[in-house]
Amino acid sequence: MRAFRYQRPADVAEAVALLDAEPDAAYLGGGTNLVDLMKLGVQRPDLLVDVTGLPLDTVDTLPDGGLRVGATVRNSDLAAHPAVRRDHPLLSRALLAGASGQLRNMATTAGNLLQRTRCVYFQDTGKACNKREPGTGCAARHGQNRDLAILGWSEFCVATHPSDLAVALVALDAVLEVYDPGGAREIPVAELHRTPGEQPERETNLPRGALITAVRVPPLPFARRCTYLKARDRATFAFAVGSVAAALDLDGDTVRDVRLAYGAVAHRPWRAYRAEEALRGRPFTAELAARAADAELAAARPLPHNGFKVALIRNLTVRALTGLAAAVPR
Amino acid sequence: MSAPPVGAVGREHPRLEGRDKVTGAARYAVEYPVDDVTYGWAVPAMATRGRITRIDAAPALAVPGVLAVLHHGNAPRLTPGVDQTLFLLQEPTVHYRGEFVAVVVADTIEAAREGARLVRIDYDAEPHSTVLTEHHPDLYRPDTVNPGYPPDTADGDFDAGYAAAEVRVDATYRTPAYHNNPMEPHATTAHWRDGRLLAHDSTQGSTPVQATLAQLFGLPPEAVRVIAEHVGGGFGSKGAPKAPVVLAALAARHVDRPVRLALTRQQLFGPIGYRTPTIQRVRLGADADGRIEAVCHDAISQTSTVHEFAEQTAVYTRSMYAGRHRRTTHRLVRLDVPTPFWMRAPGECPGAYALESALDELATACGVDPVELRVRNDVTVDPDSGQPFSSRNLVACLREGARRFGWADRDPTPGARHDGRWLIGTGVAGSSYPARARAAAAAATAAPDGTFEVRINATDIGTGARTALWQVAADALAVPADRVTIRVGDSDLPAAGVAGGSMGTASWSWAVIRACEQLRQRLRDGVVPAEGLTVEVSTADEIRGQRPLARYAYGAHFAQVRVDADTGEVRLDRMLGMFAAGRVVNPTTARSQLIGGMTMGLSMALHEEGLLDERYGDWVNHDLATYHVSVCADVERIEAYWLPEEDPELNPAGVKGIGEIGIVGSAAAVANAVHHATGVRVRDLPIRLDKLLEHLPAR
Ligand SMILES: Cc1cc2nc3c(=O)[nH]c(=O)nc-3n(C[C@H](O)[C@H](O)[C@H](O)COP(=O)(O)OP(=O)(O)OC[C@H]3O[C@@H](n4cnc5c(N)ncnc54)[C@H](O)[C@@H]3O)c2cc1C
Ligand code: SF4
Repeated sequence: MRAFRYQRPADVAEAVALLDAEPDAAYLGGGTNLVDLMKLGVQRPDLLVDVTGLPLDTVDTLPDGGLRVGATVRNSDLAAHPAVRRDHPLLSRALLAGASGQLRNMATTAGNLLQRTRCVYFQDTGKACNKREPGTGCAARHGQNRDLAILGWSEFCVATHPSDLAVALVALDAVLEVYDPGGAREIPVAELHRTPGEQPERETNLPRGALITAVRVPPLPFARRCTYLKARDRATFAFAVGSVAAALDLDGDTVRDVRLAYGAVAHRPWRAYRAEEALRGRPFTAELAARAADAELAAARPLPHNGFKVALIRNLTVRALTGLAAAVPR
Repeated sequence: MSAPPVGAVGREHPRLEGRDKVTGAARYAVEYPVDDVTYGWAVPAMATRGRITRIDAAPALAVPGVLAVLHHGNAPRLTPGVDQTLFLLQEPTVHYRGEFVAVVVADTIEAAREGARLVRIDYDAEPHSTVLTEHHPDLYRPDTVNPGYPPDTADGDFDAGYAAAEVRVDATYRTPAYHNNPMEPHATTAHWRDGRLLAHDSTQGSTPVQATLAQLFGLPPEAVRVIAEHVGGGFGSKGAPKAPVVLAALAARHVDRPVRLALTRQQLFGPIGYRTPTIQRVRLGADADGRIEAVCHDAISQTSTVHEFAEQTAVYTRSMYAGRHRRTTHRLVRLDVPTPFWMRAPGECPGAYALESALDELATACGVDPVELRVRNDVTVDPDSGQPFSSRNLVACLREGARRFGWADRDPTPGARHDGRWLIGTGVAGSSYPARARAAAAAATAAPDGTFEVRINATDIGTGARTALWQVAADALAVPADRVTIRVGDSDLPAAGVAGGSMGTASWSWAVIRACEQLRQRLRDGVVPAEGLTVEVSTADEIRGQRPLARYAYGAHFAQVRVDADTGEVRLDRMLGMFAAGRVVNPTTARSQLIGGMTMGLSMALHEEGLLDERYGDWVNHDLATYHVSVCADVERIEAYWLPEEDPELNPAGVKGIGEIGIVGSAAAVANAVHHATGVRVRDLPIRLDKLLEHLPAR
């Protein structure tokens, strides 16, 4: 393991300055992903800037009814927060579907969004990986790729983003508050992660040195009619094989509005805009839900080992939406 | 000494060392405080087959704190011909990816790890073959299969019997590589002092480790001491000396300081052994009532080019059920992979998965209830050896298990029960495991104050063995257990075999009881001298003199699963195991062995799978985030029960061993339940959601 220095800045500006001054520095949240990758030699920062002491650890209700979640709020605390459970239960459900109690106690909001792919080749420095070492090739493309992407991948990288929380935030049109050497800015969570293209090593659209300070979740009138379905290889403590975040608003039988996002299918959380489009304004039926999923998944290009994900996501979409439709008071 | 025995045996008792473990006071192999200690880090080969052409240690040695880089060019020499898997750092040959080819020693663990990353090794790589297939050109018949069975057996005329049968089942089952993954990795602290070697090693038996180290380093056995007081599991993978103890001893000699070396989780996937993948064809021919006429089990597995390990996959089929015409075969292929080794119930576990699945297929084909089918195919003498059984309570386990599970009203139709989106099914499987014992020595000392110390180099790998032996000793001495202390886990104690083959308690308690009995005898003759009175015994002669009988523990597994019709996810509702395993010394620890084994079988059925990447020749999901084992939430309800069983033909304690029987039929029971739930028969484990999803009706 590379020797590294460790700093605990007192405020956001100092944190950003520390990182800016050091080409190989990294922010440290709960460390549940970064420290593992450091041990494996996948990430080799020489300075860790621990942000968990910054005053970014509260969940606040905003005047418009939305929520602001501090970047260092622990996943457990976020999931249990009364305002979150009341106004945005999708976040709680997605979080509680992820990792384990111990991990959620450590993991932070920002760290969760910026966790790296679980592609097994990425985590093994003995294997070819364009993301870890640009230009070395993608071992997963013709290797063990059951868990990897069906949408939006490139020949350079077929990895998926593993976060459950990110899927929920994308569905909810959440916005990141970011601070970087150039000052404060905002980035929609949906624009945070990139598709791999020719540069899978560039995973996000964050400027260099940017510190995420908060995530703002706008109010959504039907936010309580939501569900997060996650298929996984064991009952708990497993990343998604495929997941669906959904919220549905019906006007009588007609879909007034809908939010749909998929996890574990692409290099980024996948907002299913095409499916939403196919649903909006139409009388809801299970067949419509299936057609909407098909519309979204028409673009899917499964890898040799993950063709089943198309049917899986389709089934989960239908179940999620029919369940919500049945639950909505008419 | 005429007070009646207190009767510690058969009573629940928590592990003696339980408190030490949960408070952190119990020390594991690399936790002993050692002055001037250094840290070793093993460097795995990055070639799959070939030769090392050059090693450049300079970048590693430049890391502050790095003391040495050992490799075949500079490591101390070992005696060849002892155990080829341990002939480490002696030759430039690479037999498999991940083989340890160097060790970096440093003042800190971090520096050692960084140094290991920086050692530059060039290879002359050769083409490799790492995938087991039934058509591999290099399949051969081994001379014996583990631990010494003949590879093939035949009785009657299988082909004719099968051809003439009214009902036939012909199915091929596949199991992937399984990795033992004990909580504590294989790890060692080694020190040399005055030409003597002291090793704290994480092993299932320090007596064999002592013997092997002595041979490898050309020392008399007395010059080597191996301590394994607490061991964080092994599941068979620590049943023989493994790389860390040799690497640590080499490194400690080289730097002339104590060395601690622990493998990483990733390094446990291969070099320390694993359960071989298997391909098993089972053919059953029966009459219309399900009475088996002909049975054949052809098993294929892999070994390495370093050492032959032949899993006894089809041996289970030799003795389990009836059938006049029987045949079993084992074929092996040497691949460029690490050597497979023991994993909980080697042979019986994968073999029973195949046979007990095939029996379920036969039950369906005949329209006979699967419990009843097994009862109909019970035997009174071992079909393999022709010997009578010392006791055989398979049918009792099936009947009593079925009663407790609530099997009676089961509708056999597959895919017919729903609970909302869940498809529900139940399954059963039989199970058996040999009840063996091996020779051991033990010593017992009486102190003048009325207390006793019993010593034996048994190993407690977390099973509760220490506690069971203490209970047995107290009863054999006929004193309250609080007057007895037991010492295990040190090669300076009287020699005993490994914790393996479910023979630990049977073998060790035998020696303990004999030592205690003799001590009692001696105490009748007089008072205890000031220095105490000690007797030491060996059971070698007694064990050699055992009557030739077929000795097995039996069990019946029942499982209920639900399968999500949308996703193919399988969840276990409940699992029940009913066992007949002789006397149970300590119900607390026995139960945890049994449900532990059952859970591991569930894990095998649904979760575990080493995913090999043929191009690299290693398993890519080499951590516990991606190599899934069942977790608590996967086991919603699990129950283990046992029948009272008195078998005088076993050993003085009357025990059969319970470490492995719990896993044997478990995977098949779950797989059979999945079939009952869905009508889909997945014949290659694990039963992952994608394998079911493609067969479930579209929604
Ligand atoms: C076995 C296992 C199972 C898991 N299962 C799941 C699962 O099912 N679902 C799921 O969603 N997750 C799962 N996780 C992942 C877990 O959720 C993440 O590891 C965790 O959320 C990361 O948060 P952290 O605060 O520990 O991040 P860290 O490890 O501290 O950091 C992660 C990354 O974020 C960066 N970072 C941290 N804070 C900031 C900030 N404020 N601004 C900018 N950059 C920052 C770091 O530099 C680093 O690159 C699992 C993890 C493990 C180990
Ligand atoms: S999929 Fe991406 S992360 Fe995985 S090996 Fe290919 S480039 Fe690396």
